[in-house]
Amino acid sequence: MNRSPVLEVKNLTVKFGSDNPVVDAIGFEVHAGETFAIVGESGSGKSITALSILRLLPVNASVVADEVNLNGVDLLRKAEYELCKIRGRRVALIFQDPMSSLNPVMTVGEQIAEVLKLHFSMTKKAIRQRVIELLTRVEIPEPEKRAGEYPHQLSGGQRQRVMIAIALAGEPDLLIADEPTTALDVTIQAQILALLKAIQHKTGMALWLISHDLALVSTMADRIAVMQKGKIVETGRSASIFQNPTHPYTRKLLDALPSMDSCLGHKREEKPSLLKIDEFKVYYPIRKGIFKRVVGHVRAVDGVSFEIEHGKTLALVGESGCGKTTLGKSLLNLIPAYSGQVIMDGIALNKLTGEALRRKRADIQIVFQDPFSSMNPRMLVSEIIDEGIRALYPEVDAVDRHARVIDLLERVDLPPDSAHRYPHEFSGGQRQRICIARALAVQPKMIVCDEPTSALDVSVQAQIIELLKDLQKEQGVSYLFITHDLGVVAEIADEVAVMYRGKIVEHGEVEQVLLNPKNAYTRELLAAVPRLQNKDV
Amino acid sequence: MIQYIIRRVLYAFPLLLGVNILTFVLFFVVNSPEDMARMQLGHKHVTEQAVENWKQQRGYHLPLLWNAEAGGAGKVTETIFFQKSAGLFWFDFGISDSDRRNIGADIKQRMWPSLAVALPTLVLGLITNICVALLMVLFRRSYLEFGGIVLCVVLMSVSSLFYIIGGQFFIGKVLKLVPISGYDGGLQALKFIVLPIVIGVLSGIGSGARWYRTLFLEEVEKDYVRTARAKGLSETQVLFRHVLKNAMIPILTGVVVVLPLLFMGSLIMESFFSIPGLGSYTIDAINSQDFAIVRSMVFLGSVLYIFGLLLTDISYTLVDPRVRLS
Amino acid sequence: MVVLWTDALIFVLLIGMIVLSVYMLRNPRMTRPLRQIGTSKTGMVSLTVLLFFVAVGLLDSMHFHSKDSNEIVSVLDQWLSPIRLHGEKTYSAPFAAHLFGKELMVLEDGGPVWAYPRLQYGGAHLDDPESELFYDVLMKASFGFIKSAIPAAIVLVLLVQKFRHRQNALISQASAKAVAWTIFWIVTLCATLLELSSYYHVLGTDKVGEDVLYQAIKSIRTGLVIGTLTTLIMLPLAIVFGILAGFFRGWVDDTIQYLYTTLNSIPSVLLIAASILVVQVYMAKNEEQFTSLIVRADMRLLFLCIILGVTSWTGLCRMLRAETLKLREMEYVQAASALGVRRRIILFRHILPNVMHIVLISVVLDFSSLVLAEAVLSYINIGVDPTTHSWGNMINGARLEMAREPVVWWSLTASFLFMFTLVLAANLFADSVRDAFDPRRMG
Repeated sequence: MNRSPVLEVKNLTVKFGSDNPVVDAIGFEVHAGETFAIVGESGSGKSITALSILRLLPVNASVVADEVNLNGVDLLRKAEYELCKIRGRRVALIFQDPMSSLNPVMTVGEQIAEVLKLHFSMTKKAIRQRVIELLTRVEIPEPEKRAGEYPHQLSGGQRQRVMIAIALAGEPDLLIADEPTTALDVTIQAQILALLKAIQHKTGMALWLISHDLALVSTMADRIAVMQKGKIVETGRSASIFQNPTHPYTRKLLDALPSMDSCLGHKREEKPSLLKIDEFKVYYPIRKGIFKRVVGHVRAVDGVSFEIEHGKTLALVGESGCGKTTLGKSLLNLIPAYSGQVIMDGIALNKLTGEALRRKRADIQIVFQDPFSSMNPRMLVSEIIDEGIRALYPEVDAVDRHARVIDLLERVDLPPDSAHRYPHEFSGGQRQRICIARALAVQPKMIVCDEPTSALDVSVQAQIIELLKDLQKEQGVSYLFITHDLGVVAEIADEVAVMYRGKIVEHGEVEQVLLNPKNAYTRELLAAVPRLQNKDV
Repeated sequence: MIQYIIRRVLYAFPLLLGVNILTFVLFFVVNSPEDMARMQLGHKHVTEQAVENWKQQRGYHLPLLWNAEAGGAGKVTETIFFQKSAGLFWFDFGISDSDRRNIGADIKQRMWPSLAVALPTLVLGLITNICVALLMVLFRRSYLEFGGIVLCVVLMSVSSLFYIIGGQFFIGKVLKLVPISGYDGGLQALKFIVLPIVIGVLSGIGSGARWYRTLFLEEVEKDYVRTARAKGLSETQVLFRHVLKNAMIPILTGVVVVLPLLFMGSLIMESFFSIPGLGSYTIDAINSQDFAIVRSMVFLGSVLYIFGLLLTDISYTLVDPRVRLS
Repeated sequence: MVVLWTDALIFVLLIGMIVLSVYMLRNPRMTRPLRQIGTSKTGMVSLTVLLFFVAVGLLDSMHFHSKDSNEIVSVLDQWLSPIRLHGEKTYSAPFAAHLFGKELMVLEDGGPVWAYPRLQYGGAHLDDPESELFYDVLMKASFGFIKSAIPAAIVLVLLVQKFRHRQNALISQASAKAVAWTIFWIVTLCATLLELSSYYHVLGTDKVGEDVLYQAIKSIRTGLVIGTLTTLIMLPLAIVFGILAGFFRGWVDDTIQYLYTTLNSIPSVLLIAASILVVQVYMAKNEEQFTSLIVRADMRLLFLCIILGVTSWTGLCRMLRAETLKLREMEYVQAASALGVRRRIILFRHILPNVMHIVLISVVLDFSSLVLAEAVLSYINIGVDPTTHSWGNMINGARLEMAREPVVWWSLTASFLFMFTLVLAANLFADSVRDAFDPRRMG
C-alpha cells in the first residue's frame, strides 16, 4: 500500500514525573483504510500512547516526540483550543468500559448530538435526524426511542455501540479503539468487532486497535506492533508476525495463548464420584409493596445437576450473568440455596449448620477472580495461608503450622521468605498463587476456581493453569473451574458444562463439547471466540 | 414510588414515638412535675396549693407513664406522657409552661422571620460555594487553586461567633451600613436581614467550597470526562456541561435534607441579631426551662428532618435517572 | 495531688495515644502513610503546634491543693502564678499602666479627681508610664527573646545535626527543619510573653480584672478536653454499632438504624440543650456531692463531653456501617468464611482493621469542629460551666462590651487568636492525615 499515513509518530516518549518512561521512544504510522493494532500485556504503555497523542493525559505527564503528525498537522505543537477542533472530529476514541465512559445523567441522544453541535453547524432538526441515523448505523434497534434513554437503560453491547456512534459522529479520519471489547461477553465482542469492520469498510477511515488479545488482533488487523514495557519490540504485517515472529517476546506471547486444540486426545478414565448436586436452585427474592413482601424470585441458578469425580476438573462455562459464580459460591454455602442438595461423601453439605458446617468447610475451598481483593491487605502472607489451619485444625501447633506454610509456598513455586511479606508486595500472578496455597492449606477434596485467570496476562495465565494441573496430579484434588474463556477450558478441563440463564444447556466430555457441540448456544459461543489466524498456514 | 412514600411515612411513626419517649425520659428522669412547678413559680417560697394549681392548669397532675387508678385504656391515656405526646402527632402543641401562651400560634407567627433569614442564606451560600469551588477546579494545579485552598482552611478555622461579632462591628458599627440587630415586618425587614444573610454566607464559604471542590474533583477523574474531552470539548465546556451536572446530584440532595429545617431558623444568628424567629424562641425556652416549648420544637424538628429525608429520596429520582425508589 | 474526672480520662487517653503511636510506628504497613505525613511540611508544623497545645493542656491537668490557700490548682497555675495572682480591679488594655475607665480618686492633698488610676501590677514598676512604657516593653521583650533564643537555638541545631544523616527516617529533611523553626519560635514566644507578663498584662484584663492571657491559656485545656474526650466516648458507640449493623444485617441492622435515625432526627442543639438542663437540675439537687467549685465545673465539663459524644456518634456509625457492608462482600472475607473462620474472628481480623483508617480520619476531622462547637454552646449557655475558663465564655463575656466606646477588644482578640491557631493547626493536620490514609486519595 502506498497511501500516505494518516498518523505518523516518531520517537514518542511519555513520562510521569521523574519516573522511568512509560512509553519509551516509539514510532509507528497508521495508514488510511487500514487496521493497525498495538498488542501488549497490561502496563506495557499501549493505552498511554493513544491518550498522549491527543494530549489527554493528566497534567503531570510529560509527552515528548520528534513528530506526531496527523494528516500534516503536528499535534504536539498545536495550542489547546486548536486541538479541541481535532479531537472528536479528525480523531475519535472508544474506551474499554462503555458504562463508565458514558455520562450517566445525559441521554444517549444528547451525548451524540454534543459532537455534532461542537464540530458542525447544523440545525436542531438536522442534528436530531443525524443522531437517529448514527444509531441506526451502529445497529441499535428502535433508535428514536433509544436516543431518549440513559446509558444505564441499555445493555453492555448497546452502550459500546453508542460509544461508536459518538466516535462516528465527527466523521473522523482515524478511530482509536482502546480495548473496545474487553469488558464485553464473547458473543457481543464478535458483533462489535464485525460492526467496526463494516463501518471501516464503508467509510475508509483508519482504525487503530489497542488490545491484549492476540487472537482477536489476528482476526482484525492488517499491521501489528507488539509492545513490551513501553517499547515497540516488533512491527510488521499481521500474517508475517503470526507466522514468523522474530522477537522472543512475541514468540512467548504466542506460545502462551491457550488453544482449542489442546483438548484433543484427552483420555477418559472412570473415577469415583466426589460431589453431586441434583436440581440445585439458587433464587434471590424480589420484594415489593409497602411491607416488602416477596413477590417473586430472580432465578440465578435454576435446577442444575452435575457430578464431579475425584481428581477431575469440571469446567463451568458461560457469559456474564448466567449464574455460574452464584452456583460456585453456593456450593460452599456462601450463598444459601433455594432448593436442592450439595452431596459430598454422602453428606448434604448445604443442610449443615453451625459447628458441623464449619468442620466440613475443609473439604471444599475457593479461589477467586480478583487477586487484589481476595487477600486482607493488613495480614502477612503467612497469616493468610495459615488462617484456615488455625480455624479448622486448632490442634496443630505454631511450629508445625509454619512448616506447613513454607511447604505450601514451595508447592505453589514461591520463595519461602514470601511468608513474611504483605500481599501488596506481589504481582497479580503471585497473589493468585498465594490464594491457591491458602485454599490447599486445609487439604480440601475440591476447589472451586472462580475465573482464577481472567484478571491475568496471557503468559501468567498459562503458568497458573500449569500449576493447577500439577497440583491436581500430585494431590488428586478436584476442580470446579468457572470461566468464560473457552481456550482455558480446553487446557484444563475433563468435562465441560455450558450454562445459560441459570440452566446447563450442554454437558459432556471436553472434546465432545468443544469440537462437536450439540447445543445451538454452545455453537454460537464457540463461533464467537476469536481464533489465531494464519498460525499454521 | 407511592408505595415507597407510604412506607416511609409509616416508618416515621415509630421514629417520632422514639423521639417523644427520649425527650420525655430526659426531662423526667431527674425532674418531677413538682420541681418544674417550683422552678417556674420561683423556687422555695410557694405553697403546696400554688404548685397543685400550676400542675392542674398545665396538665401535669396525672401520673407520668402509667395511671393505675384509671380504668381500661385510661391506664395509658390518662398520663402526662400520653396527654402531652398524642397532641403533637396532629400538630397540637398545647400551651407553654411559663406563660401559658399557645405554642402553635407562636410557631406560626415566628417561622416566617426564621425563613426570611435562613432561606436566602442557604440559596446564596449554595451559589457562592459552587462558584468558588468551580473556579478552584477550573484553575486546578495553579497558584490560584492553592491560594483558594489555603483561604478555605483559614476561613473554616474561624469560629462562626467571630464572623457575627466581626460583621456586626465592621458593617453595623464602623461603617453603619445597616442596623446591628432587630427586626421589622414587611419590606422594612430587608435592612435587618441583609447583615445576617451576608454573615451566614461568608461563614459557610470555607467548609462549603472545600467540600464541593472535592466533589467536583472526584467527578473530574471519572471516565466519562475523558470521553467528553476526546469529543473535543474544551476544559470549561467539560466542567459546565458534564462535571457540574453530575456533581450537582450529591450537592442538591444534600441541600434538600435541610430545606424543611430552615423553618426552625438558626439559634445563634437569631439571638445575635434579635430576630423574632423560632431559633430565638427555642433559646428563650431553653433558658427559661420551658419543657412544653422545648418538647414541641424537638418534635417539630424531627418531623421536618424526617420529611427532609423523604424529600431527599424523592429528589434523587428527579435529578438522577439511575435511581428508582422501591 | 487531686485527680479530677477529666484529668484521669485525659491521661487514659494519653496512654492510649502513646500505645497507638508505638503500634503504628512498628507496623510496617503504616510506614508509607506515616512517611507521607512526615514529608508534608504543613502537616508536621501543625502537628508540632498541636503537641505544644497538648503539652499545655497536660500541665493544666495535674491538680493539687495549693499550700498557701486551700484552692485546687494545677501545675500550670503554679507555673503561671505571677499572672494568675496579679489581678486588677477591672478592665485594662494590653500593656496599659492605667485602668481602662476613669475613676474618682483622692489626691494626696485630699482633693478628689476624676482620672485613670494606676494599675496595681501592670507597669507598676514604672515611674512615668507615659514616657517609659514603650521603651521598657521593648527592652523586656528583647531580653526575654534573647534569653530563650540562644539556648533554644543551640539545642535545636545540635539535634538537627545529630539526626541529619539518619537513613529511612519517617520525617524528611525539609520538614525536620520546618519543625525545628516552629519549635524555636514557640519557645522564644513563650519566654518573651512570660518575661513581659511579670510586669504587664500582655493581653489586658477583663471585667473583674483577671489577666486575659491567663484566661486564654487556661482555656486550652477546656478546648482539648472537649475535642478529645468526646471522641473517646463517641468512638466505642460508633464502632460497635456501625460494624455490627453492617456485618450482621437483619434485625440488628434494623434496630441500630432505628436508633440512629431517631437520634439524628432530633435537632442536635436541642438534644444537647435538653441534656444539659437535666444535668443542671441533677447537680442542683445533689449539691452535696460536689465539694468545690472546680469539681462541680469539672463534672459539668465531663457531662458535656458525654452528651456531645452520645449525640454525635451517628455520623461515623453510618459511615462504618456502609464500609462494613462493602467489606463483608469482599472476597477475602468470603474466603475466610469458606475456611471455617468463626464470625467473631472475622470481625476482629478482617473487618475492624480495614475500617480503622476511616475512624482515624474522622477523629482528627471532628476535633476542630468540636473545639468550635464549644464556643457556640457556651454562648447559648448550654456549654461548659460559667466558671470554667473557655474561649466560649470569654467571647460570651466580652461581646456585650463591643457596644462600649472605645471598644474593649482584647478578650475577643485573645480568644480569637488562640482558637484560630488551635483549629487551624488541627485542620491542616487533619488534611495531611486524610491525604495519607484515605485510599481514594492515594496516587
